[in-house]
Amino acid sequence: MDLKLEHHTTDGIEVVDVEGEIDVYTAPRLRELLIDLVNGGHYQLVVNMEKVEFLDSTGLGVLVGGLKRVRAHDGSLDLVCTQERILKIFRITGLTKVFGIHDSVDEAIAARKSEK
Amino acid sequence: MATVEMTFTPLPAHVRTARLVATAVARRSGVPEALLDEVRLAVGEACSRAVEVHQEHCPGEPVRVALTGGRQRFEVVVTNTAVGDDGMAWPPQPARGPGAQDTAALPAQLGLAVIAGLADDVQVSRNGDGLSIRMSWPAGTSAG
Repeated sequence: MDLKLEHHTTDGIEVVDVEGEIDVYTAPRLRELLIDLVNGGHYQLVVNMEKVEFLDSTGLGVLVGGLKRVRAHDGSLDLVCTQERILKIFRITGLTKVFGIHDSVDEAIAARKSEK
Repeated sequence: MATVEMTFTPLPAHVRTARLVATAVARRSGVPEALLDEVRLAVGEACSRAVEVHQEHCPGEPVRVALTGGRQRFEVVVTNTAVGDDGMAWPPQPARGPGAQDTAALPAQLGLAVIAGLADDVQVSRNGDGLSIRMSWPAGTSAG
């Protein structure tokens, strides 16, 4: 399936809901959305990956790029993911140490709020 | 002779097709269901990297994928024919995260790290002008 992207604001944090496959073909759309959000002044991001069916290294690169952009504004980019097959990719590449990965959007937002 | 061979023009849209074909042939070759996700991801990574270097160095040349089942192993060979430095160091360098200077170059190394982590047998070799990534997984019954 193709990539579906939606986003909304909750408690001042921009939540991006991602559904489908993030690969070398679709990842540029996620990159553009993250860039647009940062350019629009959204520096606290949560990317909800619960409906992501496939993620490759191009997608990982886009997420790392997004994290780099928000950090330039003292912002944050947290992930929501409980799917083992997606989490495995973060573990293999060592990126579990780079991203905050949470079990739910509510947990990600609460964790971010508690750090403020 | 490979069970299935395919060539495709180096466009990102075709990588998904290559993943689907590889997964189907792996299943038919008897690769356990639990490993099919790994095949799908590793083949996708190898094809993605090949597409990227082809687009940069030789966009008119196809990417080649050979899938061979029927023995004790299911083997995949992805070959690019790009000339020049493709940025693919083997073994892969560890991910450096957002501190890295060039995040655009990150997927190439992450991709190789993913392949190394997923396939239990990986060989990377220079093949004339290009690079071949050979990966294999255990297979069960042969369906030819």
